[in-house]
Amino acid sequence: MREIEGRSRGWWALFALAAALLLAMLAAWHAMESRGHVITGMTNQVVWGLPHVFAVFLILAASGVLNVASVASAFGKRFYKPLAPLSGWLAIVLLAGGLAVLGLDLGRSDRLVVAMTHYNFKSIFAWNMFLYSGFFAIVGVYLWTMLDRTVGGYATSAGRVAFVWRLVLTTGTGSIFGFLVAREAYASALLAPTFIVLSIAYGMAIYLLVIIGACAGTGRPLGAGVIERIGRLLGWLVLAALYFVAVFHLTNLYLAKQIGVERFLLVDGGVYTWLFWVGQVLLGSVVPLVLLWAPGTRVNRAAVSLAALLVVLGGLAQMYVTIVGAQAWPLDLFPGYEMRSSFFDGVVHPYAPSLPEAALAAGGFALALLGTLLGVKFLRLLPASLADEALDPGDGAR
Amino acid sequence: MNGRRAFLGAAAALGGVAVAPGVFLFEPAQAEGATSKVRWGMLVDTTRCVEGCTACVTACNRENGLSGGTRPTDAQWIRKLELREKATGRTLSLPVMCQHCAEPPCVDVCPTGASFKRADGIVLVDRHLCIGCRYCMMACPYKARSFVHQPLSEQKPDVPRGQGCVESCTLCVQRVDRGERPACVEACKAEGRDALLFGDLKDPQSAISRRMREAGAKQIRADLALDTGVRYQGI
Repeated sequence: MREIEGRSRGWWALFALAAALLLAMLAAWHAMESRGHVITGMTNQVVWGLPHVFAVFLILAASGVLNVASVASAFGKRFYKPLAPLSGWLAIVLLAGGLAVLGLDLGRSDRLVVAMTHYNFKSIFAWNMFLYSGFFAIVGVYLWTMLDRTVGGYATSAGRVAFVWRLVLTTGTGSIFGFLVAREAYASALLAPTFIVLSIAYGMAIYLLVIIGACAGTGRPLGAGVIERIGRLLGWLVLAALYFVAVFHLTNLYLAKQIGVERFLLVDGGVYTWLFWVGQVLLGSVVPLVLLWAPGTRVNRAAVSLAALLVVLGGLAQMYVTIVGAQAWPLDLFPGYEMRSSFFDGVVHPYAPSLPEAALAAGGFALALLGTLLGVKFLRLLPASLADEALDPGDGAR
Repeated sequence: MNGRRAFLGAAAALGGVAVAPGVFLFEPAQAEGATSKVRWGMLVDTTRCVEGCTACVTACNRENGLSGGTRPTDAQWIRKLELREKATGRTLSLPVMCQHCAEPPCVDVCPTGASFKRADGIVLVDRHLCIGCRYCMMACPYKARSFVHQPLSEQKPDVPRGQGCVESCTLCVQRVDRGERPACVEACKAEGRDALLFGDLKDPQSAISRRMREAGAKQIRADLALDTGVRYQGI
């Protein structure tokens, strides 16, 4: 384990990019604070928009990326052990990025302290605040046990606690939507387990991108076997995610009252239908699967990177369909009736993100990137070598 | 080495901020300011409500200081819904506002307790606790809530509103607390329709209870079992 130099042109370029995006995020936040959410594309019909798409994605990825460490500590796979510290750190910075977006999108983000001192314990949101802060604390301790040899003996226990906590955390994130009885596209108990599977896929994809980028940028060796092994696992996760999504939609299609919204999302919903089939299914799942598993591409660093990037983009498409698509579909107050009103009842609600909310959303990634850059520079997160022979293939790999 | 120490120090400080919410304890529930001996409710007789009449909407806007704008970002506490049954072509016109549920989903999901139900059944938003997360708007089956998207000016002194907060029909709580009826009810009566009846659902002798007992009344989305305080006849 060794810090990186953190002085290369690539490091500084990424640092500058992250800093610029963060500044843009703060400018967008200031504009939304002073002029109101009217400068965003969000309305009284589509109340959660692009910021929530990015925030929920980042929060899911945060809990998912920790799985690399969980596999090492909680399940004792020695192969993943050198990969674990970076996984813990990424979990922290990704969650921070997601929460920053959520916090700065609030209508009254100046009242964050209210959110931290007044709790309604029937609210999944309130529960999540504890789950998030607990996640920071537990993963922080876990990271400590991995980085400090004097407490290294506790790594397995800390890893197990972190593993259980992350499952609960993602259940909580999925339940934000699963408990909304009012919206036809939600109100499914399947959302929580689906979100858990999605999170592991998203997190693994981001981990692959970071490890490949870090090794390329620092000149550290990264074995083709290592990439192939993690890539193969990512393939299984993508397949599992696709399966859960299929079950989710099929169960919804079985319920007569859900057919309208399912038809909207899957058949004639315009941008949402495109994002689902082309973004999420084709580019976000099928193409990565081929790239990750085909004999010609699965050992190719560029192909695996592309696959991971596509999983990330497909994940964002999925969140867009899940969060915005569900709101675009009008609430059915009177089944069997056509409705019209001054408040846009009975019509599909349009939504087009504006520049400020896009800047706010992208800022979440920027914060995570900045945290990653600083982490690998100041902490011993990255192994000196990830060459095939440097890693213990143990536990019957291959 | 120094760089790492400084970094770890900064990381610990940030971590403290992130963990802080878990350390605070929650405060006691909303103090009871109204009596639970009554439950305020409203009965809408849709057979008396006509298409094109928006007297209730205008009165609500005037009473509560709403702009009356109908852009997607404008607040609308009450709206007229025009319905047409697909199978028969039957048409209906009726107002929809906060239904003041006995089991309000907005109150359940609100993280800070800003959304709350008064002892007398009126569902309100505490302007000082609302952080503007809009989770209540996601949860409301009636699309009854609005988010204030812009700075406000010339507000009514007894109807506090605020940019970045969520709001909805209060049953004109400021009038009810003075012993008056909601503005929409008065306006509908003045218009000669008298389609809106306000009263105490807990008092079996109140006009609203008697009418509901005799003529029957339905809830919108009764399948959700939210026990709404606003009921409808003729739907």
